[in-house]
Amino acid sequence: MTSPYDIAIIGGGNAALCAAMTAAEKGAKVVILETAPKAYRGGNSRHTRNFRCMHSAPLGPLVDDYSEDEYFDDLLKVTDGKTDETLARLAIRTSEECLPWMEEHGVRFQPSLSGTLSLARTNAFFMGGGKSLVNAYYRTAEKLGVSVLYEANVTHLELDGDTIVRIDYTHEGETKQLEPSAVIVASGGFQADTEWLTRAWGPAAKNFLIRGTPYNRGVVLADLLDQGVQSVGDPTQCHAVAIDGRAPKFDGGIVTRLDCVPFSIVVNKEADRFYDEGEDVWPKRYAIWGRLVANQPDQVGYVIIDSKSLELFMPSVFPPIKADTLEELADKMGLPPVKLVETVKTFNAACGDTSNFHPTELDGVKTSGINIPKTNWARPINEPPFYGYSLRTGVTFTYLGLKVDENAQCSTASGPIRNLWAAGETMAGSILGQGYLAGFGMTIGTVFGRIAGREAANHAN
Amino acid sequence: MQTDLLQEARRQAEICNACRYCEGYCSVFPALHQERFFSDANLTQLANLCHNCRGCYYACQYTAPHEFDLNLPKALAEVRQDSWENFAWPAPVARRFQKSGVMIALATILGFALLFLAFRALGSAGGEGFYAVLSHSAMVAIFLPAFLFPLASIAVSLRRYWQETGGKTITLSQIAGAFGSAAKMKNLAGGHGDGCNFEDEDRFSQARRHAHQAVMYGFLLCFASTSAGTILHYVFDMPAPYPLWSLPKLLGIPGGILMVIGTVMLASLKLKAERSLGAPSAWGGEMGFIVLLFLVALSGLALYALGSTAAMPALLAIHLGSVLSFFLLTPYTKMAHGFYRLAALVRDEQRKSAG
Repeated sequence: MTSPYDIAIIGGGNAALCAAMTAAEKGAKVVILETAPKAYRGGNSRHTRNFRCMHSAPLGPLVDDYSEDEYFDDLLKVTDGKTDETLARLAIRTSEECLPWMEEHGVRFQPSLSGTLSLARTNAFFMGGGKSLVNAYYRTAEKLGVSVLYEANVTHLELDGDTIVRIDYTHEGETKQLEPSAVIVASGGFQADTEWLTRAWGPAAKNFLIRGTPYNRGVVLADLLDQGVQSVGDPTQCHAVAIDGRAPKFDGGIVTRLDCVPFSIVVNKEADRFYDEGEDVWPKRYAIWGRLVANQPDQVGYVIIDSKSLELFMPSVFPPIKADTLEELADKMGLPPVKLVETVKTFNAACGDTSNFHPTELDGVKTSGINIPKTNWARPINEPPFYGYSLRTGVTFTYLGLKVDENAQCSTASGPIRNLWAAGETMAGSILGQGYLAGFGMTIGTVFGRIAGREAANHAN
Repeated sequence: MQTDLLQEARRQAEICNACRYCEGYCSVFPALHQERFFSDANLTQLANLCHNCRGCYYACQYTAPHEFDLNLPKALAEVRQDSWENFAWPAPVARRFQKSGVMIALATILGFALLFLAFRALGSAGGEGFYAVLSHSAMVAIFLPAFLFPLASIAVSLRRYWQETGGKTITLSQIAGAFGSAAKMKNLAGGHGDGCNFEDEDRFSQARRHAHQAVMYGFLLCFASTSAGTILHYVFDMPAPYPLWSLPKLLGIPGGILMVIGTVMLASLKLKAERSLGAPSAWGGEMGFIVLLFLVALSGLALYALGSTAAMPALLAIHLGSVLSFFLLTPYTKMAHGFYRLAALVRDEQRKSAG
């Protein structure tokens, strides 16, 4: 059977599209096999908002400069050194030429969003967010002659020695096959497969919410790992943050974040505090709180604030639960009222001088004499009405992925696979061994998507 | 105002305020992101600031089938539509015409009939040219009130709008800012300057912006032409008809052509565009209004081209009849949006300067 396509790309997000456009521009006939329907195309890229970009002088929407070393240092801080320096530096260095390339391919940028001024130097924001980037790329790809199949579920890649010889997929109710000369896997992690997540993390994972697409089920990842393709990244770990407990199971995206923890006390379902809410500024702590909440009974936490803190943080997607007394609030939130009142009373009594309170800086306004201290922003919860939010663990992505080299090429224990490349979240574990750096996922996807597209096209030609 | 429409707009605005991805598209989002809670007045202002460019809809990760079911262009269009019906004076008339193309057509036919009747009953009283069909004083008697009444009505509506949205004393620079924005149709440019999403899903294009500009500038040229004619008549004692190289013709002919082109483009774009991203119930009224504008412009041009033929009296009746309906319906049709939009832009300038 001869395939009508030179290159098949599995996945339909940023990395897949960058690969498709690059390969099509080199003359290859490309097909994208996107498992989602058109309305949900784009994987987690739909929910992204910016691109972290090195630059030596002001570039597009980015001010000042952001050097390779500073960028790499930022990466070391969040990953605690768990990164592949060669691949990381390749991603960082290439990011600078990507920004104009993205604009040429239809992406439009906008100034840093209100509430995110700290990122104006390092992160270029997509106008309209990631879905508008995805839309623009699909338009450009289709103009370049790329074919796109939606609701095309790839079930198996047949690996024969050092070559992928066949792709099995279902489309429009039929089982079909393709034999392209090159294959690029850009289909993300496995976080939407709750059973896999539960096997990896433990039973608590059943109660986790998935912040992104329900289509990243890791089918192709599992299939390749079963056939001995080399992996990278901790198979048991996922990046998780604390989000609004009322968020939908999937696809809640950016709006479900809650920035109020530093101004609150957080209790578990027994109305006990369990961690220092004021340890650091929220962007540096929301990931830790994903884990903290995961370790509480039923994987749920409850944030309690009072009226004086209500406007100190970004508005939440759902209004907070409001009550005139703590007892009433406890009732509404399903917490033991007597215990909650006692916890708040103990906390309030431990608060000291609050005159140095400063909402955006580590202000050193702390408690004294309690087992679980609050080390910044510790003001008593005593001005009704009181407000509450529930917190749950929201999974962003999983770390387990395909190991690649500088050419984005995959391999088995016996050497490179001649015609298989990987890009995006599915290989990001090579670079992000733990933690996360805002906007870096899109950088990895763009850089390695373009590399994979280039290499696959060279192979196909 | 209808509380269910406001409540739906509020629900959506709260989601937008937690996301903020669309901040760069238009004036709505910076204004929205400045609020924490959305009063009816906030939502009314945001609704009138929205130009329905739809950029935010196609960029949104929360549109249906997502359970958040965001469709901000529609939610704001419905509040906007409702606000016009609510602020109009007298309001019941607006409820009749805003949403109904059929009612606009009927009013236009009534306009023709009225003019034919006037031709027959009042006649020329010895005038020449167009005035041989209907005397100048009869025309003034019909059109002066038909011009002044809508202005008075719009003034009442704008005053209501200003009070509702908490408008303050207007400064010159605020007016300059608002007119500058309207002149360039900045809010239909999409923030990046590529235009809006209208006739072909998420593809950005300038088509709607340019069509709208053709209609707006065409209309302003025609209005200037009529004003020039009035001045020539009263100040310089130079009654119509005017030769080609005269101010009324030099303004009116390009104006009429721009309006014809613009309305045809707007109607064809509107036929291609997704109806569910506007106020679907108002579609007929909006289309009826475009057709009426087209008729005003085309009959005016036809009157110029065929003014010395036997078709003239009939064309004059059609032209004056459609102009009469257009004037009288101004406060109660889509025409009102221009006034509200300007008010909203001025109000937004006030927000920015208070910023």
